[in-house]
Amino acid sequence: MSLTAETIIQSLASGLLMGLLYGLIAVGLALIFGLMDVVNFAHGEFLMIAMYVTFFLFAFFAVDPLLAAPLVAASLFVFGAVVYLLIVRFAMRAKANAGMVQIFSTFGLAIVMRGLAQFFFTPDYRSITHSWLGGKTISVAGIFLPQPQLMGALVSIVAFAALYFFIHRTDFGRALEATREDNGAVALVGIDKNRVFALGWGLGAALVGLAGAIMAMFFYVYPDVGASFALIAYVTVALGGFGSVFGAFAGGIVVGLVEAVTALVLPPSLKSVGIYAVYLLVVFIRPRGLFGSM
Amino acid sequence: MDNNFTARRRRELMLAAFLATVAAIVPLFVKDVYAQNIMVLTLMYAALSQSWNILSGYCGQISLGHALYFGLGAYTTALLFTKFGVLPWFGMLGGGLISALIAMGLGYPCFRLRGHYFVIATIVIAEIALLLFQNWNWAGAALGIDIPVRGDSWLKFQFTRSKLPYFYFALVLACIAWFVTWWLEDSKWGYWWRAVKDNPDAAESLGVVVFNSKMGAAAVSAFLVAVGGSFYAQFVSYIDPESVMGFQFSLLMALPAVLGGIGTLWGPMLGAVILIPLTELTRSFIGGSGRGVDLIVYGSLIVLISLARPQGLVGLFSRQRKAVSP
Repeated sequence: MSLTAETIIQSLASGLLMGLLYGLIAVGLALIFGLMDVVNFAHGEFLMIAMYVTFFLFAFFAVDPLLAAPLVAASLFVFGAVVYLLIVRFAMRAKANAGMVQIFSTFGLAIVMRGLAQFFFTPDYRSITHSWLGGKTISVAGIFLPQPQLMGALVSIVAFAALYFFIHRTDFGRALEATREDNGAVALVGIDKNRVFALGWGLGAALVGLAGAIMAMFFYVYPDVGASFALIAYVTVALGGFGSVFGAFAGGIVVGLVEAVTALVLPPSLKSVGIYAVYLLVVFIRPRGLFGSM
Repeated sequence: MDNNFTARRRRELMLAAFLATVAAIVPLFVKDVYAQNIMVLTLMYAALSQSWNILSGYCGQISLGHALYFGLGAYTTALLFTKFGVLPWFGMLGGGLISALIAMGLGYPCFRLRGHYFVIATIVIAEIALLLFQNWNWAGAALGIDIPVRGDSWLKFQFTRSKLPYFYFALVLACIAWFVTWWLEDSKWGYWWRAVKDNPDAAESLGVVVFNSKMGAAAVSAFLVAVGGSFYAQFVSYIDPESVMGFQFSLLMALPAVLGGIGTLWGPMLGAVILIPLTELTRSFIGGSGRGVDLIVYGSLIVLISLARPQGLVGLFSRQRKAVSP
């Protein structure tokens, strides 16, 4: 492929769209980490479940992924809260090796989820063959943008705006912020820490649920699909800075653009190398990521 | 107090010698190839996990990218042998030294990072190496390297008829990794590492050279893991990037130490002895269906053990010993 101005602009545009979607995939991870310092190693599997829910809603009830998105987000909300109440709540109680217990209890959960997906859904690759937006592109000033990704980018922007409003303008958002500041003191003002954490996990999972519904429009659905995106999500969050929800937004955009640029200059199989290299470069200069505060 | 401590160290050494002797006798009675295969893997993972534990357990620098050093060891040995006819023994040493040097080179920028930033940096670096190896045609790219089998010999470290030589080598490797840990535990380095793990700032202010002690731990840990990688290449005689450098492998290496007891002398051994046979057995008895039941069992086990025994299984034994001895 020759490097003309058009191809560069074209890939930057699609990189930007993908980057916004990466931000949406990652924000749940950032939210949960910011709230309670836990990295969910099953985050990719949350995405996988969301994609399967979208796929089956389409396959059995012919619900278009766009209509399914709120349903998927709602079911992931419940799922996230249940995971917190059944597993993470206990992992938080560990007196020794708290970090490792959190890593490995959620990692174990990831393996179980992959196993369950293989058991119930078989390892087959599935795809949603004809959604409203699937396979369609839109042309803006000579640049072709795939409609599913464009919708994903819009959803991501709206979701981040809603999250901003939610955290800063609602009672629950304030409870979230207060719990994150000091989860011992909030009990004194009548906030149940466990409830806030469970809702935080629900919210984080719901956001990755939205991302999964969009992804299912243009990406294959299979039990290991989460693994491919989980590492990108961790890098996105770390790049933006742990503890900063909006760092994930910026991190996502950087990751998307870097990936697109790398794909221009290196063979496609090496496109992730650029992302990883930029992560290292950023943390070597700023050890807490772009907007990290901890 | 001091006497007690010396006595306990000596008891540990004697217990290790006893267990190693017992382990050495076992394959003389258990001749089943499948069982011997599991025993070799158990010892190999014990050695790897013990080595991982030096950097991540004792020094507290959690690496989820140790597959890099394992892969480098495996590739150095395999490439030197297939391309230049260099004996695996030199490859093993070379791979270990290269890995130790690379670990220090990478440690230089990475050890400034803390917490999750460090963990993610280790994952990402191993992942870059994996992608580069997958695209490196001279090294076989994604297809990997087939190590030609030229008959049984200790010189070439290849054995087709019996698994016993591999077993004894893996046993020696596990013993070396254990002994190095045992020895370092009571050395200046061992104390420095634990100080660095508990509170790097306090350690620094008390005169511990934090940066150097992290570098030392990384070098020792990477060297031993690479030797394990060289061994693995000879043992399976076929390697490809995903199977020796994949992220999954970094986690598999950490798991025995985490479940057995991270930062403890016996944790990795205990973890490997329980976890590896269990993994292999679930894989071959219920994994055959290809329907992921083995993953469900294995994953649930990890969740349960890490929630039920955050300090590792090794705690169960020391409490019992205390209760028995007056």
